Amino acid sequence: MKPISILLFWTILIQCLGAQTPDSLGANKDAVYQRPFIFEGQKGNLTAAVGGYLEANTNYFSTDGVSEGFSMEMRRFNIFFYSTLKERIKFIAELEFEHGTEEIALETAMLDFELTPALAFRAGIVLVPLGYFNQNHDSPKWEFIDRPLVSTTLIPATYADVGFGLHGTIPLNSLSFTYETYLLNGLQDGILANTSNRTFLPAGKNEERFGEDNNGSPSLAARIAMKKRGLGEIGFSSFGGYYNTFKKDGLRVDEKRKVFVFAFDYNFSFGKAKMLGEAALVKTEVPSALGQAFGQTQWGIHADVIYPIWNGGLFGWENVRLNAAFRFEAIDYNVGQFDETGGNIGDHLLTIVPGFSLRFSPNTLLKVNYRYRWDTDLLGNPAVKTAGFQFGMASYF
Amino acid sequence: MKKWLTLIPLVGISLLSCEKLLPPTPADNEVLDGPMDGLSPTQLQIFLEGDEAFADIFSPQTGLGPIFVATSCAGCHVGDGKGHPFTTLTRFGNYTNGQFDHLLHLGGGQLQNRAIPGYTAETLPPEATGISRFTPPAVTGLGLLAAVPDETLLALADPDDVNEDGISGRVNYIHPPSFFIPSGWHYSDAQGRYIGRFGKKAAAVDLLHQTVNAYKQDMGITSDFDLQEPINYAVASHPTDPVADPELPAATVQSVVFYLRTLKAPVPRSQHDPQVAQGRQLFMDIQCGKCHVPTMKTGVSDIKALSEIEFHPYTDLLLHDMGAALDDGYTEGSAGTAEWRTPPLWGLGLSANAQGGSIFLLHDGRARSIEEAVLLHGGEAENSRNAFQQLSVQERNAIIQFLESL
Repeated sequence: MKPISILLFWTILIQCLGAQTPDSLGANKDAVYQRPFIFEGQKGNLTAAVGGYLEANTNYFSTDGVSEGFSMEMRRFNIFFYSTLKERIKFIAELEFEHGTEEIALETAMLDFELTPALAFRAGIVLVPLGYFNQNHDSPKWEFIDRPLVSTTLIPATYADVGFGLHGTIPLNSLSFTYETYLLNGLQDGILANTSNRTFLPAGKNEERFGEDNNGSPSLAARIAMKKRGLGEIGFSSFGGYYNTFKKDGLRVDEKRKVFVFAFDYNFSFGKAKMLGEAALVKTEVPSALGQAFGQTQWGIHADVIYPIWNGGLFGWENVRLNAAFRFEAIDYNVGQFDETGGNIGDHLLTIVPGFSLRFSPNTLLKVNYRYRWDTDLLGNPAVKTAGFQFGMASYF
Repeated sequence: MKKWLTLIPLVGISLLSCEKLLPPTPADNEVLDGPMDGLSPTQLQIFLEGDEAFADIFSPQTGLGPIFVATSCAGCHVGDGKGHPFTTLTRFGNYTNGQFDHLLHLGGGQLQNRAIPGYTAETLPPEATGISRFTPPAVTGLGLLAAVPDETLLALADPDDVNEDGISGRVNYIHPPSFFIPSGWHYSDAQGRYIGRFGKKAAAVDLLHQTVNAYKQDMGITSDFDLQEPINYAVASHPTDPVADPELPAATVQSVVFYLRTLKAPVPRSQHDPQVAQGRQLFMDIQCGKCHVPTMKTGVSDIKALSEIEFHPYTDLLLHDMGAALDDGYTEGSAGTAEWRTPPLWGLGLSANAQGGSIFLLHDGRARSIEEAVLLHGGEAENSRNAFQQLSVQERNAIIQFLESL
């Protein structure tokens, strides 16, 4: 090839590459700085923020008279990252440190792209819209130290998954209707392959779900809700899909098995009282060979009532509010009868939690809870009784 | 501020009353679990390690299966008590022309009727003619039973009914597993067989033998003592699960054995109740105590708390012919198909707390009350059963009340 031809070739190639570069002002070595949020920030157009919350508490529990004594627990330290490049493009992420560094998880990392308020796209690691608590679980919002058991052991909060979908709000007079629906990788084999000896959705949250679907069949989650200004909101939600690895390397190695969750939630204010809760029904296809310890039907409920009993100044703080709170919880992890005896299968629990919270601001509170729990085992033997006291604090920052 | 200061004594009073708001500790004689008295701090530490391993629930990721019956030791022995029909074990074999074949090549002698997801559970082969169902027993006080010297059992045995009382208990001679290490008092016969004492047919020579078998046959857990998964010919001779073998180290198995050895014996209740005392006397009068021997004594043990202790299990650890009604056509070791090892009666009154509020007695749980269990006794126990039937209602109730007090 003649030198003039080589020169011509390189000239054309450089021109072509230059045409493909989104911003040709910087050298490639500076690509890490050639990002919109930096440009927008320099122009003063960027809204970006870092925040989070922290919750810590003490525990003193006794189970049938046996206590492990008093202990302190650093439950969560969560960091939020938020940014909006344009008014209708939002990004939020949440990094969670649970029990110090025992468990570190990217709980949310999602992008909202709004076409209209009634239609927006959302993609990334999303909080699955199943019930009320899963998307609204920050401790400073709650008067209780422990999370509702129906929300954490049936609905596997916090359940985040890789997904893509739509959401929107449609106002109608004093009402507003909201919807969300996402395709997700879904829960996995751990629903049955777990060390809980029961059908247990939280164990289906395999970390691999952030990389790929274990069976190539996405799950679907959706929630619709109606909100009346000044009164509250009710929501109906569902989640369903195949959860087991029924094929590998193109070979069918198992039957397809589905899990389906239906949830109802409410959040109302009646006068000074606030009432909120959620109920869930779980239907899981279980191979008969696994045995009846693994329930095909599960249900659970929690109901909270919060009532302010004092409001005033305290230690120089203004508008401090003292709330009385009460929670009731019931869960049946295995609805059915034993084939061998015809008797009811146990594996259920009841919990009551009276408590107080002292809110120094809407975002910071102290909590005192007394908790009494009755656990009945699979066979229906006399319940194991656990009770104890907790003192905790939680605050956004 | 003064208002808040007045809260301080109130908070103090509240804290003092906290204990009242916590669940009380059950009386020692109301629960079966817990260590025996006299263990050293180190022994208690091993006891707790064993307790934890006993409660561990296995999953496919930790070696469960691929075929199994239960997912943990505690799943069958809830609160260290008896099992429930849900966790009943099925044993099978073929009995033809006086010869019993355990059908090992077909997955015998125990059925694993459950399987981890994606695997096939075992089913009974058509060749099985002898099928027996075993309710898991309570595991408390096993250390004391394990520490009774063989010579005590041989002294209690009367295989030829020399004393002509109609009761001819005998020991079950078995070939022990290779890992069995006999102590000074273990007796072997001319064929190198040893005396079994655990299990419905007394087919396990000691608690290590029993524990290794239970891990393998009940949970599909291999250990340093036995590296093979249970056989399931519906799939292959030795189907594997995703976990490398051994799935459990010897140390964990030994900690469970230590836990079983050092569990306390059931503590009797209502011992000063006149009706209980009457029932105890009647129990002995109608010869129930000939097999359900009230008192035994341990020999010298490596665990001081087990050494030379007198205790009250109400068993002779011997095999007895219980009659045709309880003959399932299944056997183990040198036991006959109608022969069963006398089960200890201690802890009987707490059975319902582990069996879901009901009781399921005899080897397969067919008896739904103590009285029904007594009336199902046959064979060598026929005379005692008849004598029980001759008693007045009040006297029968006294015996039942006595048994419930154990």
